[in-house]
Amino acid sequence: MSQRQITFEVLRYNPEADSAPWIQTYSVPCEEEWVILDAINYIKDHLDSTLSYRWSCHMAVCGSCGMTVNGEPTLSCKAFLRDYKGSKIRVEPLTHFPVERDLVVVLDDFMEKLQSVKPYLMPKTEKPVEEGEYKQTPRQLKNYKQYTMCINCMLCYAACPQYALNPEFIGPAALALTHRYNLDSRDAGRSERQEVVAQHEGVWECSFVGACSEVCPKDVDPAGAIQQMKIASTVDWHLEHLMPWRRK
Amino acid sequence: MAKSNKPIVWGLFAAGGTVSAFVIPVMILITGLLVPLGVFGSEAMSYDRMTAFAGNWLVKVILFGVLTLTLWHAAHRLRVTAHDFGLRNDGPIAIAVYGLAGLFTAVALFALLSI
Repeated sequence: MSQRQITFEVLRYNPEADSAPWIQTYSVPCEEEWVILDAINYIKDHLDSTLSYRWSCHMAVCGSCGMTVNGEPTLSCKAFLRDYKGSKIRVEPLTHFPVERDLVVVLDDFMEKLQSVKPYLMPKTEKPVEEGEYKQTPRQLKNYKQYTMCINCMLCYAACPQYALNPEFIGPAALALTHRYNLDSRDAGRSERQEVVAQHEGVWECSFVGACSEVCPKDVDPAGAIQQMKIASTVDWHLEHLMPWRRK
Repeated sequence: MAKSNKPIVWGLFAAGGTVSAFVIPVMILITGLLVPLGVFGSEAMSYDRMTAFAGNWLVKVILFGVLTLTLWHAAHRLRVTAHDFGLRNDGPIAIAVYGLAGLFTAVALFALLSI
């Protein structure tokens, strides 16, 4: 195992004590097979216990450790140091979110938006438990499975230029999850979700830059989901306006 | 909040994008390179031949579709590009770009019907 000395420039900010965020540097003896999160953990354990950041699973499942690494929204447990050349790495909190402290951001805005799109199954008629499960074929599962992979890591919001311009935008992850439930054969809640999706701040705020899909560590492709919903919403609009006698 | 009316322009934008992607490159190749280079002979796009060609009603419909959908695609693209460049007065920009697309749609319709 070979070691590499890397200087980490880490953004520090304590709103109660600091007037502005500042950069602290740490020199970390890194093992070759480490990921960024390992180095951050090393700093916390050996160099500076006051550094705050979120992490839990260390295996790209919990979605807690999103950070901006060298300017890119990155899941720090999935970013191997061997892919970073040079002796300096800059680590900052995710952009477009208020900083709570150091690398920890406030996620309230996303949580509200996620709730607004009703990301849960809304069957047409609720079946009593005795009648058994809602059945689904493998093909019906495949329809939406990709969109279930989202781990709410928020990298897509940090990458989205439209979310930066207009914080009212529902945003990539919440819309991808909307799509996930809309496509589920057991669900009948699409028209309820459309009340949010079909607004200006829903899919229409997206200009298909595609940065969300590029940074997504789980290959969910939120940009694709949003474009598919734009097509469906356009069909809806024409049916509603050109055939008003047609019932939903 | 009410549902957005953006589907009107976005529908034209999406249709225009599909048409542009499939048809425009080969149109540029034919009308911008191969014909001027004389690959199909010097009379390939002569006035008489083109008037006869565009006189067919099916050709008129196809030409109208290709020309206007491409225009509406370009109009919406420009509006979004302006937004991405940070121009915040979306209203006047939308009126300008869609106005031009509408104007030239009318011109195309008039020109095709008069052949």
